[in-house]
Amino acid sequence: MLQVLKKVSAEPLGLLGLVLVVLMVASAVLAYWIAPYDPIALNIIDRLQGPSFKHLLGTDQLGRDLFSRVLFGGQVALKVAFISISIALVIGVLLGMVAGFGPKWLDSLIMLFFDTIRSFPTVMFALATVALVGPSLMTVVAVIVVTSIPTYGRVVRTQTLSIKNNEFIKAEQVMGASTARILRVHVLPNVVGPLLILASMDIPTVIALEAGLSFLGMGVKPPTPSWGSILNDGYTLIRNTPWPIVAGSIPLLLVTLGFTFLGESLRDQLDPKLRNNR
Amino acid sequence: MSKATDNVLSIRNLSIDYATQEGSLKALRNVDLDIPKGQIVGVVGESGCGKSTLISSIIQLMANNAKTTSGTVFFEGEDLLTMSPTKLKSLRGQRMSIVFQDPMSTLNPVLTIGKQMVDIQYRDKRSKSQKRQRSADMLAQVGIPDPASRLNQYPHEFSGGMQQRISIAMALQAQPALLIADEPTTALDATLEVQIIDMLKELQSSIGCSILFISHHLGVIAELCNQVVVMYAGEIVEQGPVSRVFKSPKHPYTQKLLECDPASIAKKTRNLPTIEGEIPNLSDLPAGCIFTSRCHKKTAQCEELKPKRHAVTQGATEKHFVTCHLESL
Amino acid sequence: MSQLLEVNNLRVQFRVKSSMASWLQKSESPFIDAVRDVSFKIKEGETFTLVGESGSGKSTLANAVVGLLPTASGSINFMGDDVTQMPDKQLMAYRKQISMMWQNPTGSLSPRMQVGDAITEPYKIHNLSDRDKQQEAKRLLNLVGLSARFQDRYPHQLSGGQARRVGVARALALNPKLIVADEPTAGLDVSVQGEILNLLNRLQDDLGVSLFVITHNLNIVRHISDRTAIMYLGRFVEEGPTDDIFVNPHHPYTLALLSANPEVTNVGALERIALKGEVPSLMHRPSGCEFHTRCPFAQELCATVAPVGIDFGFEYSATCHYPR
Repeated sequence: MLQVLKKVSAEPLGLLGLVLVVLMVASAVLAYWIAPYDPIALNIIDRLQGPSFKHLLGTDQLGRDLFSRVLFGGQVALKVAFISISIALVIGVLLGMVAGFGPKWLDSLIMLFFDTIRSFPTVMFALATVALVGPSLMTVVAVIVVTSIPTYGRVVRTQTLSIKNNEFIKAEQVMGASTARILRVHVLPNVVGPLLILASMDIPTVIALEAGLSFLGMGVKPPTPSWGSILNDGYTLIRNTPWPIVAGSIPLLLVTLGFTFLGESLRDQLDPKLRNNR
Repeated sequence: MSKATDNVLSIRNLSIDYATQEGSLKALRNVDLDIPKGQIVGVVGESGCGKSTLISSIIQLMANNAKTTSGTVFFEGEDLLTMSPTKLKSLRGQRMSIVFQDPMSTLNPVLTIGKQMVDIQYRDKRSKSQKRQRSADMLAQVGIPDPASRLNQYPHEFSGGMQQRISIAMALQAQPALLIADEPTTALDATLEVQIIDMLKELQSSIGCSILFISHHLGVIAELCNQVVVMYAGEIVEQGPVSRVFKSPKHPYTQKLLECDPASIAKKTRNLPTIEGEIPNLSDLPAGCIFTSRCHKKTAQCEELKPKRHAVTQGATEKHFVTCHLESL
Repeated sequence: MSQLLEVNNLRVQFRVKSSMASWLQKSESPFIDAVRDVSFKIKEGETFTLVGESGSGKSTLANAVVGLLPTASGSINFMGDDVTQMPDKQLMAYRKQISMMWQNPTGSLSPRMQVGDAITEPYKIHNLSDRDKQQEAKRLLNLVGLSARFQDRYPHQLSGGQARRVGVARALALNPKLIVADEPTAGLDVSVQGEILNLLNRLQDDLGVSLFVITHNLNIVRHISDRTAIMYLGRFVEEGPTDDIFVNPHHPYTLALLSANPEVTNVGALERIALKGEVPSLMHRPSGCEFHTRCPFAQELCATVAPVGIDFGFEYSATCHYPR
C-alpha cells in the first residue's frame, strides 16, 4: 500500500489529488483543535464580515466564523461520504458477485431489485424518505446507501460475468474450489480495482448530494454546520456579501478535484498490467 | 530496367527502436529485404523476432513509441519513410493490403459483407451495381459458393475459414501490388489451412501480385513461398530461395528450427529437439552475434564480433545470404 | 496395466433454444449433441490423444470428463466409480486425483496471484494445511524446470513457455493419476513446443501419470501418445494405437487429416486428399455417415445408412463403410 502511495505521489496529478484529499481529511478530523472559533457560537456584532486575519473566510449573518464552520462541515461531509459509500460498496459487491456468478433466476431477481431502485429519481427518493422519517444524518446515509448499491452492483456484476468464463476460473472449479472461495480469492481482487476508482470518484458526488439536501434543509439539522447549509445561507445573502457562497463552494471544488485525481492515479497503480505499460 | 523497379518492395538497412522504461529496445536492426515482382516471400521467426514491427513499418502504421533510426523502405520506387500521409493513405488498401490472423479483426461485425466490400471501392467511379458485381466475382474467386446472395450476410454468419476467405477477397479486390499476409492460416484447422494455401497460390498467379507471407509454420512456407527470410531477435539471419534454404540451411538457427519442427521428425521419439535458452534482451544487446547465447556451434569470435552478411552461392541468379561467422571462413 | 478411466456411450448436450421456442416451432429437440455416443478407455501410465478440428467436440468431451459440464447420458468411470453419479463429497476426492492443463497458458492463471500461490492453490482448496507451501512451491517449480525465483512473478510477467510450465506445476501439485491437457502446445514457438512435450513425457516416465491430450496438431501426436482417437462432429470415427493410425489409417477423414500437413521435406509425405467444404453444423447433422458430405470416397450407401464401428483387433476400430 505504501508503495502504491509512493508511486501515486510520483506523478503531478496524483500528488495534487493526494495532497488535497489528505488536507481535507486532516482538517475535518482535526477540526476540533484547529478551528479558531466554536462553529455555532453566535456573535451578532461581527456579522457578515469579509475575510480578515480574525475571520479567515469572514462571518455569516449570525456572526459565526465561516472558516470554523467549513472545517466542521467537512467532518459531516466526509463522515456521510465514507460511511455510506463503504456500506454501499460491501452490499453492492456482494450482490453483484452473486448476480454475476450465481444461477440465472437469482441474477434476474437481483437485477429486478437494482432496476426498481434506479427507477426512482434520487432526489425525489431522498425527499420522500426525509419527509417520511425526518431529516437526520442517518437518513442521508441510508438514502445514499440504497441509491448507490445498484451502481456498484451493476459494475461488479458485469465484471464478474466477464471474468466467470475465463480459464482461470474454470481451472479453480476443476481443482474443486468452492464458489465462495472462487469469489473471494479470484473474482474479488479483479473487480475491486475499477470499483475503487468509481467509489473514490463518487465521494464528491455523495458530498454534493449531502450538501444539496442540507441546502434544502432536508439534511443535517441546524445549527450543525454543513457545506450545504453554508451555501444556503450564502444564497439568501448573495446581494449583501459573496463570502458565504465562496466559503461553501471552495471545499466542494477541492474535494471533487482531489478525489478524482487520486482515483485516476490509483487505478493506474492498482492494475498490475497498466502499471507495467506506463 | 534498373534493379530497383524489379522489386515491389525494397528495404535497406532498416532499424527501428522502441522507447521503453528500460531504455530503447532495438526491435529491428539493419534489415535488408527485397520482394521481387510476382513472388511470394515468406518470413519465418519465433515470437519476439520483429515480424510485427516489420509489418507495421511497411504499412507505416507504427506504435507511438517507435522510431526509425536508419534505412529506407522503397515501395514501387518510392520511399515510404519520407512519403506524405495523404500519399500513404492512397497506397494502403489500393497498392498494398493486408490480411491478419483473426479475420474478425478486419471485418466490421455490424455491416453486411456486401456493404463492406462495396465501401472499400469508394475511390472507383463505377455504379453501385457494378461494384457489387465485382465483389461477388471476387468472392467466387476465393471459393465462396453462391456469392451474390451471401453478400447480404453478416460476418458472424460465416465460419472461421469462410471469414478468412472473405478478408482475403477484400484485400485482393483492388488488385494490389503487394499483399501482406500476417499468419493468415494460424487460427485455422489443418484441412482448411491447405485449402487457403492452394487458393492463395492460385490467386497470386492470376492477379500477379507479390505476397509477403508471415508464418511460424515452416511447412506452410515451404509449400507456398518462392523465397524465405529467417528472422531472429530483430535481425535477418538467413534468406534465399526456399528450396536452397530449407534443403541446406547455413545458419545454426535455421538448422535448429528445421530440426525442431515436429512434422520433420518422422521417427517416433520421446525426446524432441529444442533450442535451449531464450531470446536476448533487446534493450541490452550482446556485442557479438545475436544468436551466440543459444548457438551450438559458437566460437570465440562469435562473442566479440558481429557477423556480416555473406552470399552463400557465388554467381547464382537467386542469392542465398547468411549472417554467420562460420560461413565467412 | 489396469484401467484408469472408462467412458461409455457418453453424450453431452447443449441447449440451443428454449423449450418454448422448440415447442412452438414443432421441431423435435431444443438440444444439440456436442458429444454423441463416445466410448474409450485410458490405462494407467498411458497417453491417450484426441484429435479433431475446431467444432468437433473435443474440448467439450474434456470438460465433461473433468466434471465441468453435465452429461446427458452415458457414464464416466474413474477407477471403478461413475463420476456422473457422484455426490459432491466424492466428487471432491475425484478432483484431487485428476487435474487439467488449459489451452491458454497465461489465461488459466489468476492474473493477480503470484506463481508461488497459484501452484499451491490445490493445497488450500483441499485444506492440506500441513504442507509447507514455500517448500512445495520450490519442489513443483523444480519439477518443471523453473527456478525458485519464479515464485513471486505474476502471470503477465511470464513468457508463453514459462506460463505453460507453471500450468504443469499446478497440475502436478496433488500427484494426480490423470492429467487432461487441452492443446498443450497452443501458442508456443516450435523451439519451446519440444521442451513442453519432453517435460510431459519425462513426468509420465517418472511419476506414472496418465495423460489425456486434446489437440489438433497431428505432428506432435505421434511423439507423445500411445493411443489416438479421431473425432468428427462429436463422434469417434477412428480409434487405435497411435503407431498403427499413423502408418495405416483406415478412415478417410483420418487420411485427409494426416495428408493435410504441409511439410518442409517431402519424405514420407502422403498424397494430399483434399476435403470439400467445411465441417457441417451440429444443428443439421448429415444423414447416413456424417462424413459423406466431405468424403472423397463416398458412395451411395454412405448418404443413407450410418456405418457401424469395425473392429480390426488390437483395440483398433474405425466407423466407415469402406475403410481404406
